[in-house]
Amino acid sequence: MSGGPRDLPLEPVDPDVDLRLPGQRAETAGHRLWQVLAVISAGGAAGATARYGAERLWPTADGAFPWTTFLVNVVGCGLIGVLMVLVAEGGWSAHPLLRPFLGVGVLGGFTTFSTYTLDFLRLVRHGQAPAALGYAAVTLVGAMAAVWLTATATRRLVGPVAGQGAAP
Amino acid sequence: MNWLLVVVGGAIGAPLRYLTDRTMQTWHETLFPWGTFAVNVAGSLVLGLLAGATVSSATYALVGTGLCGALTTYSTFSYETLRLAERGKGLLAGAYVSASLLVGLGAVWAGWELGAR
Repeated sequence: MSGGPRDLPLEPVDPDVDLRLPGQRAETAGHRLWQVLAVISAGGAAGATARYGAERLWPTADGAFPWTTFLVNVVGCGLIGVLMVLVAEGGWSAHPLLRPFLGVGVLGGFTTFSTYTLDFLRLVRHGQAPAALGYAAVTLVGAMAAVWLTATATRRLVGPVAGQGAAP
Repeated sequence: MNWLLVVVGGAIGAPLRYLTDRTMQTWHETLFPWGTFAVNVAGSLVLGLLAGATVSSATYALVGTGLCGALTTYSTFSYETLRLAERGKGLLAGAYVSASLLVGLGAVWAGWELGAR
């Protein structure tokens, strides 16, 4: 690791909101609270609807491997890797409502942890414990590979800019 | 009709996650992502409850697919895990993943059993 932007102390860990960052701590100050909540709400509605659409287009049969939830989660994790490097790791000066809208709202609403755990339980109740364990593992590995790959690739692309933008 | 209920549920769930996250961070000043952990566990419990109780498709669309789906998140979970690992907190990252999976699965199971009563 060569002193990239990821080594700086003031980097978010939580992409939804990280109160150690002054900018994010202040983003709900005064009337801005309602702006932030409104864009998160709109993004969440859009993300959840897109996931619902995917579930309707490619429904998972009872006892089958939940490919749709798997793909939704992996795609969402890949996209947050790009987004966070671009707007929150100091790469690009983006509009202050972009991370709340796209990251907290759209991607947070699109991906889901509750459907993931329920998919697991449904497979177990169907007498398919090995498939359930496989699903849990494959999703975790796929999600981590996706976010790592996209974050790394995006840092390579915007690397020098990111370093300058976030350096103290 | 169910589309509209998913929209409404998603519009409530996402800001609820954001507000929970902010509140949890003012309580705990640790690197462990308590806020995301809490919403993922709570959402799993409620979704399990709905599935166990076999509620109407409208209720499931509003509270399950919409609200619980947007309240919980996999993208935030994966990025937090990545960032913890990158900051040399591999152990904490491992603990976060293990705790989220174990407690989340326990919650969805408990919810189902409660709902099926």
